[in-house]
Amino acid sequence: MNKSRRSFLKVAGLSAFALSSGVAALSSTAQAAATMPGSSYKVGAAALKARRWAMVIDTRAFKGPEDYQPLIDACHKAHNVPTIEGSNQNIKWFWLDKFDSAFPDDINAYQTAAIKDRMFPLLCNHCTNPPCVRVCPTQATYQMHDGIVAMDYHRCIGCRFCMAGCPYGARSFNFMDPRKHLPKEVPNPTFPTRMIGVVEKCTFCAERLAVGQMPACVAASNGRIIFGDLDDPNSDVRHALAENYSIRRKPNLGTQPGVYYLI
Amino acid sequence: MLEKVLTGPRTFYLWLLFLVCVIAGCGLVYLQQLQQGLSITGMSRDVSWGLYISQFTYFVGVAASAVMLVLPAYFHHYKKFKRMIIFGEFMAIAAVCMCSLFILVDLGQPQRMLNVMLHPTPNSVMFYDMMVLIGYLTLNAIIGWVTLEAERLDVEPPKWIKPLIYLSIIWAFSIHTVTAFLYAGIPGRHYWLTAIMAARFLSSAFCSGPAILLLLVFIVRRLTGFDPGRDAVKTLTTIITYAMCVNVFFYLLEIFTAFYSGIPGHQHPIAFLFGAHAGHLAWVSNWMWCAVIMALGSLVILIPPAWRNGPLLPLALIMLVVASWIDKGLGLLIGGFTPNMFEGITDYAPTCMEIAVALGVYAIGALVLSLLWKIALGVKREAGHFGD
Amino acid sequence: MYNAKAVIVGAVIFAALFSSPFWLNVGKADYKRPDVVLPKNEKECVEPVEYMRAEHMALLNQWRDQALRNEKRVYVSSTGKEWTISLQNTCLKCHNDYANFCEKCHIANSVYPYCWTCHITPEGKK
Repeated sequence: MNKSRRSFLKVAGLSAFALSSGVAALSSTAQAAATMPGSSYKVGAAALKARRWAMVIDTRAFKGPEDYQPLIDACHKAHNVPTIEGSNQNIKWFWLDKFDSAFPDDINAYQTAAIKDRMFPLLCNHCTNPPCVRVCPTQATYQMHDGIVAMDYHRCIGCRFCMAGCPYGARSFNFMDPRKHLPKEVPNPTFPTRMIGVVEKCTFCAERLAVGQMPACVAASNGRIIFGDLDDPNSDVRHALAENYSIRRKPNLGTQPGVYYLI
Repeated sequence: MLEKVLTGPRTFYLWLLFLVCVIAGCGLVYLQQLQQGLSITGMSRDVSWGLYISQFTYFVGVAASAVMLVLPAYFHHYKKFKRMIIFGEFMAIAAVCMCSLFILVDLGQPQRMLNVMLHPTPNSVMFYDMMVLIGYLTLNAIIGWVTLEAERLDVEPPKWIKPLIYLSIIWAFSIHTVTAFLYAGIPGRHYWLTAIMAARFLSSAFCSGPAILLLLVFIVRRLTGFDPGRDAVKTLTTIITYAMCVNVFFYLLEIFTAFYSGIPGHQHPIAFLFGAHAGHLAWVSNWMWCAVIMALGSLVILIPPAWRNGPLLPLALIMLVVASWIDKGLGLLIGGFTPNMFEGITDYAPTCMEIAVALGVYAIGALVLSLLWKIALGVKREAGHFGD
Repeated sequence: MYNAKAVIVGAVIFAALFSSPFWLNVGKADYKRPDVVLPKNEKECVEPVEYMRAEHMALLNQWRDQALRNEKRVYVSSTGKEWTISLQNTCLKCHNDYANFCEKCHIANSVYPYCWTCHITPEGKK
């Protein structure tokens, strides 16, 4: 290749680069122009507010798994969670497990039968130091100012790093199209479903809190699950924690779970 | 230099054709995966990463291992490696291509892949992993091409390439360290939560990567007559032997900590992998024991100098590669996810379709490697650097 | 010129491929703005129609980020009217004829947004 042709190619390449970055700069100003002047965003008037949402579950008040069923149904109906039978590629937002599985660090062969046989409800812990948020490469999962660890399904690339990161197994991946496992008329037509290839989990019902309602499981629990602001010393959750012995799942990992169990 | 791929024996083009056919066939399986999602894989809610990510991890190591040629040649002026360096660098390029593809096929929403750049997240190790891999690919492509062109023109490589080479040496360590940080920084996965993970990754990379390189170079020697040089092979084999000793030593350190401390969470994954966890014998246990036997077997051949440089060397290298692949390409992921977060056991085995997609990526890597090495060999032959 | 034959043939093929959309569409009917069916009982959208036509996708992106990330689920329009941020429950409440509104225009413009893999269209079908 002779010299002049090479230098021509260099100049051509540089100009193409300069042009394209100019186009990129232009398109970013166009983005800004897309906002309508005079418009703004605000929090709804009815929204429930807290500095740190937390949940206290009185497991003593539940007789058995059947007592939890209405809660599970309420949650899964409210969020169009599909039921995928007989597969470990299934979706769980709110589910039950034995003490040994829920609190595997609490090893005690002579635990009372009442606790050993009791089923414990499991859900996302909305940790203060959430490992899932730390590892997510796109901020598709993030922590809001009120402590809720939320998901933006639009942005999730399905890398499942958050599932590896979560020490509580609270996250589910849509291995298949969830709509295949939902009835034709979805249980809650005012709430979206998810799509194939994204991760999902419990959201502490952020969409219900925004319109002044308690989370679906709390509403269905007849007061056996308490939900409130952990930062407010006069809140119900703080009273419940002050008056009862409570435990959390895997506290030694430093994640500071926001779900407390009264046992 | 690209024209070097245009002239070659028939068998070379038949090989390329074979690879293209494999890629096309496996590509169809991947299309199926795009349609049906990752439900076609053996992964589950409890074992959420599988064969794809483990292959990604293994090949980051292979990519990093080029440094075992570059470092002695440039930091210690060990001239005898110079003839072989380009093959290491080009193998690194092929390996990084495979890594990116393994990540791609693992994504649930691959069309949103660029979100990683659109929303850069400095607290995510995956973000850094992407950066260092792209950087390493670029460095090796530039360095490999420029030094090869200099060789073709029979001149010294330009001066500006030296700093890039030094940078690439440090960079090689960084790519595998960052890959280890993907695992080692996760709370609650006992098998991964170990400070020695990055060191283990590097040691296993520095024995398995050069072993793969040597085996491939032996094949090339058989096919084309290219001679890497007796002393170069000898030195590289010594490096492999040390790295393998360190690799095995590091694994034993893990076992000591887990079992002497007696902490159940640390014991369980290792016990599971070797078939001693609550009577549950998984298929992977047989593989892990094979890995143990082959690792020891390779060391038996590699440690005595007379055997190391004898005709048994290829056998030792093959056993070493298989053992390190089982450890890092199977055991690492399965042990990390089993027992699961509830101390239960969810078995994982890759499905046929999953294996097919992985084979497709392997074939793409082989294609890239074949083309690049063809160019390098063509230049070497032309420049008269084909042997002593 | 080296390899003149190959270069010229290559250039011709490139030119043909590059201009193929033009050739393929010669003689086809002109683009007509699709007749979308507007909501019958509502006269006013969240913002003026010109803005909505050009920028609704950008607005939806802003809505999504404000609602999901900042908990700001109320949009105050340029006229001061307040709207609950929800594609499914606000937009689609008036624009309830998916096939004749959203889809018609999207197809005419060859865009295929995948909003509806998650959000439920008014017909209730999934």
